[in-house]
Amino acid sequence: MKLKKYIAFGMAVLLLAGVSIAAGCDKEEAGTETSTDGATTTEPAEPELEGTINIQGSDTMLNVATAWSEAFMDENPGVDISVQGGGSGTGVAALINGTVDFANASRGMKDEEIAQLEANGGKAAEYKVAIDGIAVVVNPANGVEALSMDQLGKIFRGEITNWKDVGGKDAQIVLLSRDSSSGTYEYFKEEVVGKDAEYAQSAKLLPSNQAIADEVKSNEAGIGYIGLGYITSAVKVVAIDGVKASVAAAADGSYPISRYLYMYSNGEAEGVMKAYLDWILGSEGQKLVEDEGFVPVQ
Amino acid sequence: MSEPFSSRRNSPGRTTFRRAAEGVARGLIYTCGWAAIVVLAAIAVFLATNAVRAMREAGLSSMLSGTQWYPTSEPGKFGLLPLVLGSLYVTGVALAVCVPLGVAAAVFISEFADKRLTEVMKSIIEFMTAVPSVVYGLIGVAVLIPFVKDAFGLDSGMTALTGGVVLGVMSLPTVISISEDALHAVPVDLRRGSAALGNTRWQTTVKVTLPAASSGIFAAVMLGLGRAIGETMAVLMLTGNAAIMPTSVFDSVRTMTGTIAAEMGEVVQGGLHYSVLFTVGLVLFAITFAINLAADIVLERQRKRWRR
Repeated sequence: MKLKKYIAFGMAVLLLAGVSIAAGCDKEEAGTETSTDGATTTEPAEPELEGTINIQGSDTMLNVATAWSEAFMDENPGVDISVQGGGSGTGVAALINGTVDFANASRGMKDEEIAQLEANGGKAAEYKVAIDGIAVVVNPANGVEALSMDQLGKIFRGEITNWKDVGGKDAQIVLLSRDSSSGTYEYFKEEVVGKDAEYAQSAKLLPSNQAIADEVKSNEAGIGYIGLGYITSAVKVVAIDGVKASVAAAADGSYPISRYLYMYSNGEAEGVMKAYLDWILGSEGQKLVEDEGFVPVQ
Repeated sequence: MSEPFSSRRNSPGRTTFRRAAEGVARGLIYTCGWAAIVVLAAIAVFLATNAVRAMREAGLSSMLSGTQWYPTSEPGKFGLLPLVLGSLYVTGVALAVCVPLGVAAAVFISEFADKRLTEVMKSIIEFMTAVPSVVYGLIGVAVLIPFVKDAFGLDSGMTALTGGVVLGVMSLPTVISISEDALHAVPVDLRRGSAALGNTRWQTTVKVTLPAASSGIFAAVMLGLGRAIGETMAVLMLTGNAAIMPTSVFDSVRTMTGTIAAEMGEVVQGGLHYSVLFTVGLVLFAITFAINLAADIVLERQRKRWRR
């Protein structure tokens, strides 16, 4: 029995050593996580705001929503904001059930959801809080630099299946898409694949932006779409209709694949909720939007 | 507990008290036993009630025979067949990995390793169960996906094989420890008897110990199977989740568990897609229930055979 104790102890030591080595390593790899200490400390000169705001919804927006809430709470110590992920559908459902004040959504509320809210005696108020530019990325070793919207649609519908048909090497195209639950999936389908068409069945549906970026990084034949915040030097951004995805191009509307991110409240936002919303749409909130890799709304 | 008959010597009041306490304890245990059944029934009812809308609007038979899964299209296509097949493919690969490896490891630990080594290995195997599935997933993403892609010359390493191998490794501790327990429980007399008849250690293991422990090993495999078919996170990260009808283990597959996990967060709650996901859950529940039931029947038969 003594031996068992030694082994357990040895493993604990090993684990500890592993953790400390990992902690000691440079964190340069984590290039997608931008810090949130940009605009925070200004003096609260206005009359003190007080209250609690509950927010739930989109996982795409979780980082930026958390950054907003932290900065806002720093400025207004009397305000408590809780932010939860779970997905756009979860957030909207919580809004309908009256358990949250705001729902974050990376897609517009659906007719069915608006009807549900109205059946509960509410009314949806929609606020566009940021723009999400969606970049089409390939492996740096891939020779293809640019695609037209038409070619992109054909690729994702499975009508073009080999890279040589769009000016690349003779290799089977590996399609990488977000999962069918993602707001990005639906947006990309409507905008690129076509409203009445379907993604090719062979498209791999990955659970996150990061998963797509990782697979494109290691797969020379891969093509996928990711949020602007997830672009690193390990992937190559393909120009679409001659425009490369960037924050600037998405903001001035020249880049064709970008969509709004929303916050919804039940009825027009008032009081502390309105103050929070105004702050988000103001310069400080929109600065954080940019820090998190999204595009500010004008 | 220590003196079961001591109450006879005590005063009548004490006896009454003990009787009452025993009654309460019995009631409590009785309730616990029934609670398990009630919870199981409640889960089935919950899944079924939420799935009613999908069955009415999409139709159970057309869902079960459909080969296209486009849940967010207008109108949605809810063919569950690719998902069911995806789960079965991944689980099949997992079994092919964990059963031979697991049983062989258990045989080694129980029959051949010396005492020190046994303890070391058992500790390490117990430690394996403590690793969260998402960590296995990460390792799979970093190591196994590129390896599978290169080793088999595939377009992409996200395949049923990749997911299955990782699931198999995850099921190993379950299979090993329960098989080992079963082997350990075989009376030493049997082994000695076999040795006395001139069998070598290996012959004893194959001809006597393994058959004697077979029902326990079968139970271990079934538990491992249950773990594999229900696992979500690792397969979501490793199999590519393309809802195609798989034709080989080198295809990308979308499993039932992965589908529920990936889509539940974003659907309209109470909507058709939501209800279809509950149907997926119901199908999964039915499959695991059937597997467990089949396992029980096999075990029961075996028990009867041994009794004779």
